[in-house]
Amino acid sequence: MRESNGAVRVGVYVCHCGSNIGAIVDCKAVAEYAAGLLHVAVARDYKYMCSDPGQELIQKDIEEHKLNRIVVASCSPHLHENTFRVATAKAGLNPYYLTMVNIREHDSWVHTDRAAATEKAKDLVRGAVRRVVLQRPLEKGRVPIDPKVLVVGGGIAGIHAALTLANAGKKVYLVEREPTIGGHMAMFDKTFPTLDCAACILTPKMSTVKNHPNITLWTYSEVESVSGYVGNYDVKVRRRTRYINEDLCSGCQECIAACVFKEPKFPDEFNQRLGKRKPIYLPFPQAVPQTPVIDPETCIEFKTGKCKKTCLEACADRHAIDFKLTDTVEEIRVGTIIVCTGFQAYDARRSPQFGYGIYPNVYTSLEIERLVNAAGPTAGEVVLRDGKTVPRSIGIIHCVGSRDENANRWCSRVCCMYSLKLAHLLKEHTDAEIFNFYIDMRTPGKSFEEFYQRLLNEGVHFIRGKVAEVTDWAADPSEEGKLVLRVEDTLLGVVRRIPVDMVVLSVGLEPHADAQDVRRMFNMTCSNEGFFLERHPKLAPVNTFTDGVFLAGCCQGPKDIPDTVAQAGAAAAEAMALIDAGYVEQEPNVAYVIEEDCSGCKTCIPMCPYSAITFREQDKKAEVNAVLCKGCGTCVAACPSGSIQQRLFEDDELFEELEGVLIHA
Amino acid sequence: MSEAKFEPRIVAFFCNWCTYLAADLAGISRMKYPPNARVIRVMCSGRIDPQFIVKAFANGADGVLIGGCHPGDCHYQEGNYKCLRRFTLLKRVIQEMGIEDERLRLEWISAAEGDRLRTVMFDMVEKVRALGPLNWKPAEEKAPVAEEVTA
Amino acid sequence: MPENRGYLYFPGCSLRATGAAYDESLTETFRLLGIPIEELEDWNCCGATSYMAVDENSAFLLSARNLSIAAQQGGRDLMAACSACYLGLRKAQDYVEHYPEVRAKVEAGLKAAELKPFTGVKVRHTLEILYNDVGVAQIKSKAVRKWQGGKLACYYGCQAVRPYDEVDNPHNPMRMDELMRAVGAQTVDYPLKTKCCGGTLTGTIHDVGVRLNYILLKEAVRKGAEAIVTICPLCQFNLDAYQCEITGDQGEKFDVPILYFTQVLGWALGGDPGKLGLKRCIAGQSKIKNWFSAKQEVASHA
Repeated sequence: MRESNGAVRVGVYVCHCGSNIGAIVDCKAVAEYAAGLLHVAVARDYKYMCSDPGQELIQKDIEEHKLNRIVVASCSPHLHENTFRVATAKAGLNPYYLTMVNIREHDSWVHTDRAAATEKAKDLVRGAVRRVVLQRPLEKGRVPIDPKVLVVGGGIAGIHAALTLANAGKKVYLVEREPTIGGHMAMFDKTFPTLDCAACILTPKMSTVKNHPNITLWTYSEVESVSGYVGNYDVKVRRRTRYINEDLCSGCQECIAACVFKEPKFPDEFNQRLGKRKPIYLPFPQAVPQTPVIDPETCIEFKTGKCKKTCLEACADRHAIDFKLTDTVEEIRVGTIIVCTGFQAYDARRSPQFGYGIYPNVYTSLEIERLVNAAGPTAGEVVLRDGKTVPRSIGIIHCVGSRDENANRWCSRVCCMYSLKLAHLLKEHTDAEIFNFYIDMRTPGKSFEEFYQRLLNEGVHFIRGKVAEVTDWAADPSEEGKLVLRVEDTLLGVVRRIPVDMVVLSVGLEPHADAQDVRRMFNMTCSNEGFFLERHPKLAPVNTFTDGVFLAGCCQGPKDIPDTVAQAGAAAAEAMALIDAGYVEQEPNVAYVIEEDCSGCKTCIPMCPYSAITFREQDKKAEVNAVLCKGCGTCVAACPSGSIQQRLFEDDELFEELEGVLIHA
Repeated sequence: MSEAKFEPRIVAFFCNWCTYLAADLAGISRMKYPPNARVIRVMCSGRIDPQFIVKAFANGADGVLIGGCHPGDCHYQEGNYKCLRRFTLLKRVIQEMGIEDERLRLEWISAAEGDRLRTVMFDMVEKVRALGPLNWKPAEEKAPVAEEVTA
Repeated sequence: MPENRGYLYFPGCSLRATGAAYDESLTETFRLLGIPIEELEDWNCCGATSYMAVDENSAFLLSARNLSIAAQQGGRDLMAACSACYLGLRKAQDYVEHYPEVRAKVEAGLKAAELKPFTGVKVRHTLEILYNDVGVAQIKSKAVRKWQGGKLACYYGCQAVRPYDEVDNPHNPMRMDELMRAVGAQTVDYPLKTKCCGGTLTGTIHDVGVRLNYILLKEAVRKGAEAIVTICPLCQFNLDAYQCEITGDQGEKFDVPILYFTQVLGWALGGDPGKLGLKRCIAGQSKIKNWFSAKQEVASHA
């Protein structure tokens, strides 16, 4: 490494970013101004500093002009700080002799007055020049990465991510809250636009997960706490008890048959409460694992303690059932985490104009998925809630809870396509007359538009307009006993009343009610909508702002199955990239103690949320563990004698920057 | 500079993970706000030493804005709470120094709240503009770091 | 619970004329609840629908004057019982707040009348006050009579729930239903609960106005309701006064009591039936007499 021996020589580079900066900030003037600042040896403006020639320009100047400090005024450091650090290092200069000035996101893109924006750029550059003069050479620390991965959520995203990693030889913990993996996809009947059966393509993957030697599957379990840092996360997982020992259970289901409830009696969650289950149950026939669950809310033994416990008898030779089992907590160490916690469907009761919960024959789309499914509560027979009448006419309302100021403002992306799919399936099952009510038809995927054309040819009606209400008020005798959809047909320009037997609400996707808790646990950020925020919408779509924590599936935003699988694969690859590197580099911006000045007052110790500061008894000084320190600098601000400093954010560096930005030209 | 055209000088200390990113988002979204603030990036609002703020006022800032993550959302768990404690005390201290406490402001702005950042910028500039220049201690061009500084 | 300081009460023209029963039953209800209401001194027309249609500015000024004197008589929320009054006042307040050009005109008008601009006055509807400030639980605990009369269709009309959603959910208001259920009444699912009562059409295009009332009555009866309960004097008047003129498509005739929700509440809270304006109702008088007997005390209504 070339260290500067002798005078400080700063190079300042002002980027036009095409016209992104240049149109508002007079980059040439900024460079000319910078050239006059103390210590500045070279100042240039250039079209694209991040381009190869731009970077080479810096490297050449370092060589020719013996530069030993670099200031790049361009975009946000979150975007290109690393680019320029690498470029600086390539020329033999310590990469921490670089400072970036954000004159795009914080200047040219947000201001309109050219003179004021140029002034601002000059001020910021002046601050940076004064700061960079004081900057010290730093080295990144290295921390080894634990090669095990935690995947949170066992829907299609989690399943795919876990399998990808496991197939590459990585050890994976897959944690799922429900008693079975499979997520929403397991509830679907067919998938659009190919109409292949969801179970047929999903269940083989589910059993592979169960049998994979590299995957530890914990269902009916939830992550309870996460601590540590990239490469070394300590995770506690609560495994809720099913009252059936998973290791002893053979999955014979004799216990279910033997239950004192001869007939299923309680609403079955997996079938959207359309069917019934017993207190001891398997959510669905292909559930993974094939271990039943006992629901203490409905089990007689738990409620009264006086059950005949016929289930125990049925399991007599295995003794898998034990009413005294309790939750257990597993403590694991992983290096990386993939969060795939999925979505929840919009609660249609929140839009009472569509009559869900008021009129029995108004259904949600998930209910219809179960109704048309051969393994569903009616064995695939589509009948109304009376259990016998086959609907002759069906209205499918798109965008329920989506694109609605009073509900969720976003488009849920999958509803148009699944509405088309349900229209096709319902027509196939009932030959009913089907009306789709849509705001805009959004079919921007592979073979999607073709599927829409197919439905048009199948004779399904499409009415463009937002349904105002679903009512059972009959305006004339032909509407008696029907559900009437009142809608403005915006193509005909008239208000229509369409009487039907069954209404299907295509409910949107939204973040889980507890998404905020999950976000805090994994130290992630949420977008305004409440979905987990990716590090960069274009260039880091599966990363989060926490290193080593990745995202996949609908917890990041609504998406269909192919996109979810692609994202899950990407998240797995990102995790593998970290694991295979073997270590992570740690930013050097950690705190350190200037021992001569430390009085041993211990003020700093409770400041640190990571317990990185300890008190050394032998000489009564504070000591910072650089591996544990995450570089927030809270202790630095608290130290009464200024004897803790933060590398790269030293007091003197920040004071210089502060003075620099405040001196008027 | 006439009173009517007074453009306040504002120093903004933004945390790296929330408010600095909110300002990036405002930029990406091409929101427009007045160009009065000069942003200094720190990793966490907990890093902001009260001396920075006093120094800013002493060096000619008419207002100081601190931006951090929402309570409970700190990237470093609780640095923003530490910041809030210091801020509350500092508000009292600067009043005793003869500085109107509205000149110092703390806002929780998350990475997703570009719009809120814009609103705060507008509001801060307007409020400080109404207060007029601070002139607490006229900024002098101090000699920058000595020539002989070497690395 | 903090002590309720009461409300400034804006009766508006209807409650002093065709809607006197609303005024009487409301006064009785608040007396029984022990909540003081004080009539806004020197109030004037709210500037309702007809004014708004002809000259928006005059309408805003009329409401603004009421709001300004309410601010002077100060410190309490302004309660309007008539939905048109509520909407007129609320809209004026909203427009003054959000549209500088409206604000400028209104402030100039107030200045000419030597009135101060208003700030901080909250306009509220009686239904929302009884639901939020008093609450279902308190009504339930204070009720001394349990409703033994027929099933009720709660009819909210248009102006209380649109375009503002402060009184109740615009799509499916349920607060009146909840209050009625609190005193033991059964309410029916009434899909037309926010549809048009005909408004002033009964006076202008009479046939259309009456037809709209026929639709409302027919559906209420079909759903099994024996009476309709309202929160607006115009709704009540239209449904009640023209009922005798209606002959349905199948030749059906109606004799459905059209009540104010405060009549039911006032009675349940132990009010004197003679003070609830019940005699002013036109249709269904025999049912009303039967239902609102003074004797039906409930031994323990916990």
